[in-house]
Amino acid sequence: MIDFTPSEDQLAFREMAEGFALNELRPNAIEWDEAKHFPTDVLAQAGALGLGAIYTRDDVGGSGLGRVDSVMIFEALAKGCPTIAAYISIHNMCCWMIDTYGTGDQRAAWCPKLATMDTLASYCLTEPGAGSDASALSTRAVKDGDDYLLTGQKQFISGAGTSDVYIVMARTGDAGPGGISAFLVEKDTPGLSFGANERKMGWNAQPTRTVNMDNMRVPAANMLGAEGKGFNIAMSGLNGGRINIAACSLGGAQAALDATVAYMRDRKAFGKALIAMPTLQFRLAEMATKVEVARTILWRAASSLDAKAPEATTLCAMAKQFVTDECFNVANDALQLHGGYGYLSEYGIEKIVRDLRVHQILEGTNEIMRLIVSRSVIAEN
Amino acid sequence: MAVLLLAELTGGALAVDATAKALSAAKQLGDVTVLCAGASCADAAGAAAELDGVARVLCADDAIYGNGLAEPVAALIVSLAGEYEHFVAPATASAKNIMPRVAALLDVMVISDVSGVVSGDTFERPVYAGNAIQTVKSTDAKKVLTIRTSTFDAAGAGGSAAVEPIGAAADPGLSEWVEDKVAASDRPELTSAGVVVSGGRGVGSEENFALIEQLADKLGAAVGASRAAVDSGYAPNDWQVGQTGKVVAPALYVAVGISGAIQHLAGMKDSKIIVAINKDEDAPIFQVADYGLVADLFKAVPELIDKL
Amino acid sequence: MKVLVPVKRVIDYNVKVRVKADGSGVDLANVKMSMNPFDEIAVEEAIRLKEAGVATEIVAVSIGVKQAQETLRTALAMGADRAILVVAADDVHQDIEPLAVAKILKGVIDAEEPGLVIAGKQAIDNDMNATGQMLAALLGWGQATFASELTVEGDHATVTREVDGGLQTIKVTLPAIVTADLRLNEPRYASLPNIMKAKKKPMEEKTAADYGVDVTPRLQVVGTAEPAARQAGEMVGSVDELVAKLKAAGAI
Repeated sequence: MIDFTPSEDQLAFREMAEGFALNELRPNAIEWDEAKHFPTDVLAQAGALGLGAIYTRDDVGGSGLGRVDSVMIFEALAKGCPTIAAYISIHNMCCWMIDTYGTGDQRAAWCPKLATMDTLASYCLTEPGAGSDASALSTRAVKDGDDYLLTGQKQFISGAGTSDVYIVMARTGDAGPGGISAFLVEKDTPGLSFGANERKMGWNAQPTRTVNMDNMRVPAANMLGAEGKGFNIAMSGLNGGRINIAACSLGGAQAALDATVAYMRDRKAFGKALIAMPTLQFRLAEMATKVEVARTILWRAASSLDAKAPEATTLCAMAKQFVTDECFNVANDALQLHGGYGYLSEYGIEKIVRDLRVHQILEGTNEIMRLIVSRSVIAEN
Repeated sequence: MAVLLLAELTGGALAVDATAKALSAAKQLGDVTVLCAGASCADAAGAAAELDGVARVLCADDAIYGNGLAEPVAALIVSLAGEYEHFVAPATASAKNIMPRVAALLDVMVISDVSGVVSGDTFERPVYAGNAIQTVKSTDAKKVLTIRTSTFDAAGAGGSAAVEPIGAAADPGLSEWVEDKVAASDRPELTSAGVVVSGGRGVGSEENFALIEQLADKLGAAVGASRAAVDSGYAPNDWQVGQTGKVVAPALYVAVGISGAIQHLAGMKDSKIIVAINKDEDAPIFQVADYGLVADLFKAVPELIDKL
Repeated sequence: MKVLVPVKRVIDYNVKVRVKADGSGVDLANVKMSMNPFDEIAVEEAIRLKEAGVATEIVAVSIGVKQAQETLRTALAMGADRAILVVAADDVHQDIEPLAVAKILKGVIDAEEPGLVIAGKQAIDNDMNATGQMLAALLGWGQATFASELTVEGDHATVTREVDGGLQTIKVTLPAIVTADLRLNEPRYASLPNIMKAKKKPMEEKTAADYGVDVTPRLQVVGTAEPAARQAGEMVGSVDELVAKLKAAGAI
């Protein structure tokens, strides 16, 4: 037997996250989107509730929870605003990486303040010339005495310019994944600069900038993990990152579906409420089914990560691709069922569609997810 | 059987409307004795004696009752309890403080916010914030009720009951009054107001919005606005009622010069009574309004202010 | 000083209430249940008193079905120190009346001897607004209902109360009952670590019989109905007619 019943604790986590999302995020989400406002004060409130380091160990201020717990929490947060939930998920991934691969000193120095979200983190892997083929990255880190000198550019970095610490993947050795190391870089490091806030389709409530490094001096003690292990660290973080992003799509889709049911109760056409029209009821049934199937694969993938199962990477890739694609479709259907009102920003539906669109691209495009899955299918047979 | 009705006093004077409405309910239960408990409340007792249907008035004139503290007033009512079957009060903040205490001292349940009297022991009352109406039958020998005044008409004048002074009961001495602060004339908060008056694009200008505010003040209402009015600069953003503004559900919502876009309806459709005043008889707001008036608001609103 | 906070498990504030077709009550099966919002405010106030060094221990008490332990866990996660569950019903549709609740609470209080009880002013299900006042009566304590501000000094509490037309400030001798109104505070969310810690906090389980209280209702529910449906709107011809209609409807 497989039990899909959330535990009493999980229900309590979810209830708290949902209360926070509906009261603190949702009422402001449209305004933050329009103003391109990154609400660091609200992130600090989230941090005080233990949402900044959900699956970081508790000896450094983390909440010490598992991955199934985490996706339930991110889904709940995304009901308020997928963009903020997604940033919180990236921040959590960074904190977890320091907790998992950091030295005792690094953990003690960074995790407690990341947990409270008084200090924010960004993850820097993608480069202008290295996206899906991230192992081809060209940012160089050259040893210079007790330091490294980093030179290069990182692209599409969430939180850049505001975040206080950056986990940067840079080449310390030969071409290929084995020549990459990870570094912890503080915001005020000389040689570090940021591009303009990108103008983009969605995710407007968090900044996206390039991160530029010009002969930036970083102490060797700031290397995260062993030399040459950077790519492994980057990839291990992404398994969790992918299901977290998928959870943000799920929350957005669920919120869009809920809003659509409420709208269809009120909205009348041809003399009756939309909700009473059988063809539209079928649309709702299809949307609800997609959301529930998405939730099921997401929980399964998260559970495999908790169990450190060998198939976790494949399941996380399956979940990321399926959930982000189908939840985007559900949000888009929700927009359609809202008619012209769905296209207005006032109802919040078009924002969900815009926000969820990028989830099909980042944390590994959904094409890369299919590549991962196909490789594993072929290898197994 | 006899009914004891606790008169509502405001600043020592009889709150005639609340008391007379509770009296209408109490009269259905038996002969009504009104209890006036206050400091220097002889005038209030005299006023109560003139209400139609009052058999007699007890006047407990003592400083300990001057501020409506629950403990001494409840002790007084319990000291008189022997000869009454029903203990009734209007469902005001003051009586809701006192009557449950009375009920517990008599070892009976209180029945709060009674909206209908079915018989001497069976009453209707709203539950779940008015989303359901429950009918309950009391098995207690004595019944303690507070009456939702909005559902009963006020009893008229014309009575001439005898006023009987009574002594104070022992003061339990558990609490003491410090001060009363009467609410400033500030308007109530939009989301919790019992009455909301909103203006739309039809109001025409920021200056004209003063008319909406005058009507609101006449009704003791909060002021709201449609998004169209806010976007046009007639009203501040925090007055906005609707999908992206505040969601309100007052007992009375008056929409003036508002066409009724669905975004606006989302913020007020759960109001108990909706009044719409608009010069366009095809405005969608009339489809949700309980009372619609097709009129030029600049004529209708001043007339309404005048006649309220 | 020990502070006792009674909390009730009720239908969640955001859930649309549906009256059962047979008129026997409101459908609570498979409906999201949460802590009564006024009780959350009461718990928050107790926690603030503890943070201010006034309260030393917070005991949360819930009376009802066994599942009320979830509500007590919420109180513990917010910051209460321990909990007492008094099982008095086995069906979620069986509402324990305020008089019986007050009698059970009196039993708990006789044993616990708190210096202050903070309760919600009313539960959003039965809307009776009575438990605090009834409990004060049974204990022979003073009461300060509908509180929007609370200060504890020595042997008394100063409470500002929300009354019709304004605010009233009174002083009550301790021990006393205070009931919380909406503006008293804004309750906090329980943090994830505190939700985990709540599991380890003690929860004692009792029954109504342990306190010798008969919970048989004094009020028999004869029927439950939807409120009268909104009548189809009507157009009025003049301001006079409008005023007359509004008066007739009790709206003004």
